[in-house]
Amino acid sequence: MALLEVRNAYKNFGGVAALKAMGITVNDGEIVGLIGPNGAGKTSFFNCITGLLRPDSGEILFQDGRLRLNGLSCHKILETGIARTFQNLRIFKNMTLLENVAVGYHSRTKSGLWDAFLRTKRLKAEEKMIFEESMELLSFMALQNQANELASNLPYGSQKRLEIARALACGPKLLLLDEPVAGMNPTEKEELSSLIRKIRDKGIAILLIEHDMKVVMPLSDRVVVMDEGEKIAEGRPSEIQQNPRVIQAYLGEE
Amino acid sequence: MFLLPFALFPLFDKNAYHMDLMTNVGIYVLLAMGLNVIVGFAGLLNLGYAAFFAIGAYTYALLNRHLNCPFWLGLPLAGIVSMLFGFIIGIPSIRVRGDYLAITTLGFGEIVRIAFNNLDEWTGGPNGLLGIDRPGLWFPSFEGGWKVNSWSFSVNSTPYFYLTLVLVALVAYLLFRMSDSKIGRALVAIREDELAASCMGIPVLKIKLYAFGLGSFIAGVAGCVFASKQTIITPDSFDFVLSVLILAMVVLGGMGNIWGAALGALVLGVLPEVLRSFESYRMLIFGLLMILMMIFRPQGILGGQQVRRELQEGQEGRADGAS
Repeated sequence: MALLEVRNAYKNFGGVAALKAMGITVNDGEIVGLIGPNGAGKTSFFNCITGLLRPDSGEILFQDGRLRLNGLSCHKILETGIARTFQNLRIFKNMTLLENVAVGYHSRTKSGLWDAFLRTKRLKAEEKMIFEESMELLSFMALQNQANELASNLPYGSQKRLEIARALACGPKLLLLDEPVAGMNPTEKEELSSLIRKIRDKGIAILLIEHDMKVVMPLSDRVVVMDEGEKIAEGRPSEIQQNPRVIQAYLGEE
Repeated sequence: MFLLPFALFPLFDKNAYHMDLMTNVGIYVLLAMGLNVIVGFAGLLNLGYAAFFAIGAYTYALLNRHLNCPFWLGLPLAGIVSMLFGFIIGIPSIRVRGDYLAITTLGFGEIVRIAFNNLDEWTGGPNGLLGIDRPGLWFPSFEGGWKVNSWSFSVNSTPYFYLTLVLVALVAYLLFRMSDSKIGRALVAIREDELAASCMGIPVLKIKLYAFGLGSFIAGVAGCVFASKQTIITPDSFDFVLSVLILAMVVLGGMGNIWGAALGALVLGVLPEVLRSFESYRMLIFGLLMILMMIFRPQGILGGQQVRRELQEGQEGRADGAS
């Protein structure tokens, strides 16, 4: 079953083609690695899927093609079940960890301004649920002991985990991770890899951009390689490592 | 709780002039708390806030003149009409940011004032509208059988003082509830990182519009109280200087802090009167205090660590962008 299917996506910035006929499929419960040299268009591709950029043409289909995501705004796309993290951390630094995660529940709870003014039963019940579940998510990411600290006080690796916890709070079916282990030490990388597997075991499909081959190869069920906005290869990690075009893209002409 | 000393104020100070001043300060406090929602919570720089105050005041004045609308009905209606104008100006202009939004709202503020000045037929032009009814209260009387007595506010400011005090308490209470809910968290998230907030499912435009509409509503309510107190309103009362003064109150008190805005309004409302004995130097001293304040405590009197960090990060961000 194709959870996410992107066909023929094009995106130009002025004269520069960021995406050329880019396509990808992510199935339910799969971890797909997206790799490629710097400037290959990986992050632009993520931005097109999550609505930060609008592809010039192409189709972005979600949940077996039942939903067409082209042209939807960011928060609408999130509501369909795609959450993401960012390459350069974008956590809310002056909020506590718990509040950071609680923000993720915004679209999943119904109470509005009037509920807040009147402090209705619905709001109270939802607030209770939000903070209980946020706490569980923090425990899942091993951050429960710092729940009431400001996010800016955390070490870098924990901030990265916090961003994933916040994305999980949105209740995604597909999680897009943009370089989740960048800047981490080997132990932290190992821990995060196993967390990513645990997230997949919860039934959430994962598409991740990652440069560290030691992380992405054992983790991914399938790897897609991009270069200059195009998909140049796709396959199992072992096949990709042998692929001459991939080696050429990474190492240059021989 | 913070308001309790103010509730007792009239018992100690019988001076009618002081009472009148404190009532005006109460209206300033309402305005500052309302603008704080727009500027402090949502981070939308609004330089035409006096326009919403004016719309509230004229709404009540016109409804009262033509339809004999009583004050207590006019109060919410003034807020609603003001809020509708808030949406009309907000829906197209909230998409633009920072400086551009400031210019748009500045323009709107001037348009409203000039429109009221020139629509002679409706608004009396520069002469304004006179003879606006004061609020009244009704209470049952049992002396000599059932009947309803009515009693109207008069030139004496004390009832107005209590009226504004009750409104301030109510507005502050509701704002605290809002800021302590998912709407409040969404507003902070938007201020921290708008892009990340929208990717976390927060409908950024809608939440900003809530803040804009709510701020405009509060200004409309304040306008209605003002009109009923003065019984005469002219376009002069709602000029650009008022918009800037209210903004100064919010900044001085501490952006994003509900009591901070109220404190800023109290200080800037009372200070010119306290400095009156310095005669012509008073505006000079006033200005100097503002400058010193901004140098040594840019986050405002009650602005917490959070705002200061945000200010610093903002500067670093700008420095990064420039390099």
